[in-house]
Amino acid sequence: MATEHAAATRRRLRNAGSYVLLTVLSAVILFPVYTTIVRAVSEPIPYLKSLQAGGGGLWPVGWDGGVFGRVFRTGDLTHALLLSAIVSVVIVVGQVLTSIFAAYAFACLEFPLKRTMFALVVGTLLLPIEVTLVANIETVRDLGWFNSIQGLSAPFLAWAFGVFLMRQAFLGIPGEMQDAALLDGFSHRRFLFRIAVPICRPIIGSCVLISFLGAWNQYLWPRYAADQQEYQTIQVALRTLATREVTELNFAFAAAIVAAIPLVVLLVAFQRQIIRGLTAGAVKG
Amino acid sequence: MVRRSAESAPRRSTRFREGLLAYGFLAPVLVLFAAFAYYPLSRLVYLSLYQRNANAFLGGSDRWLGPGNIIDVLSGPELRSGVWVSARFTLLTVPLGVILGLLLAVAADRRLAGIRIFQTIFSSTVASSVAVASVVFLTLLQPETGLWRDVSWLSLNRPGSALLAVSLSAVWQNAGLTFVVVLAALQAIPDEVREASMLDGFGVARRFFRVTVPLISPALLFLAIVLVVHALQAYAQFEILRPTDTAQPLLYKIADPDGVLPLSTRAALSLGLFVLTLVVSFTQFTLLDKRVHYGD
Repeated sequence: MATEHAAATRRRLRNAGSYVLLTVLSAVILFPVYTTIVRAVSEPIPYLKSLQAGGGGLWPVGWDGGVFGRVFRTGDLTHALLLSAIVSVVIVVGQVLTSIFAAYAFACLEFPLKRTMFALVVGTLLLPIEVTLVANIETVRDLGWFNSIQGLSAPFLAWAFGVFLMRQAFLGIPGEMQDAALLDGFSHRRFLFRIAVPICRPIIGSCVLISFLGAWNQYLWPRYAADQQEYQTIQVALRTLATREVTELNFAFAAAIVAAIPLVVLLVAFQRQIIRGLTAGAVKG
Repeated sequence: MVRRSAESAPRRSTRFREGLLAYGFLAPVLVLFAAFAYYPLSRLVYLSLYQRNANAFLGGSDRWLGPGNIIDVLSGPELRSGVWVSARFTLLTVPLGVILGLLLAVAADRRLAGIRIFQTIFSSTVASSVAVASVVFLTLLQPETGLWRDVSWLSLNRPGSALLAVSLSAVWQNAGLTFVVVLAALQAIPDEVREASMLDGFGVARRFFRVTVPLISPALLFLAIVLVVHALQAYAQFEILRPTDTAQPLLYKIADPDGVLPLSTRAALSLGLFVLTLVVSFTQFTLLDKRVHYGD
């Protein structure tokens, strides 16, 4: 009885210790988010004055909750968010569709030079946009797509990683199933969309989410594929806001929070699917 | 499936049609990759061989620089300092990133009431882009108004500390990803293995280093590789946080936001980045080949 009691006490102590550790780590992760909110809602000049006077800067100075509304109006944030949404949707739809078709060919069809073609697809992993940036900007200019939605999305409409993941998924479909469907007079196209795609819905779902995450968050390409404010995605607009005077930085901080909100919502809603996609091949965000 | 050994005429024609269909399905991907991955590679070579004529529309033409330009750039100061900064940035962000991921995942891999809330918080930076993370870190690092403006070893203006300061924002931004990857690996360890190691009387530290770490080492290696790639491709942090100019990585010189380098130099530097990407990928393939299996 006494030992049982002691064991229970020890367990409770250990749990308390775990909670302390988890709380401290959460505070470390959330601290920069907290300071960003503080800076966003503080009135900039009083805040900076209090800093100069030796204040800690850890609490809002003044209260300017209206900054979130103003950043939409004066910071052209509505436009940037809309552009980001359009470009991201174009990229997601393009990547997923082209990947489904290519993956089906690699997984379920026989054709000459199959291995060579697959090597060409995998080989593009060695040619990320960081490497091809300078040349692709020239190409986009030649096509007359500088400052356009086509220009912002075209280089990303094919995605080796997506082809990879979906091929893996299609390979998991039993061969007998395909044989039976084809004997029943199904064409490949019909088999693909009536049977293969529905079976692989979970993986396609993960691909959609990971693809959206990457498209929404990308910076380097939209930064250089356009130079008019109209064609600034939200990430590029953040930089423009961040280069303003220190007395106007509250706009940048408010905008950073606004820019992250759609993804926080997605993350909370689809945590499992996103984690499955990230752990399958961790792409850049 | 559709493969048969008999080579009758109708069989051959179905095979032909299947090949046609396959290339139809592949066409979009092949065209896009040709235009935006392979063609750019050859165009980089072209761009680095010629000096762009500033007055092209007045009828001038590009001037031949020759392969000497590529050699000059790849052995020049821009490449050397860019690669040096990228290498140091990698050495700062990768170990810190893996350790933070381990710490968060070990802390959150417990059966406790409310653990889901902590797991969500730890994975939350997955939702932040590099640009968001950089702006967020301005509240801490901005030289005049950041909370850490007086912390000299995190100053963006000093050559000795600027890179560490930028690294912190990258480590924070990667924390969600590293946490998620390590947690998934920890949760894949079978319960019997944990119980057996506890019965063997291993202490906590010994159990962690002798049992847990070896079991999740493939995931840690995978994570390290992903973080190396992130570090090589880091850009937005440097443009938004604006560390002192001795802390500019290779990609910063390629993108050249301040417009100080000619196109031919930037194209040649891009070829340098390509070679670096090849080396990293080759290393990762060999490492993964050797280490991807448990317990060998």
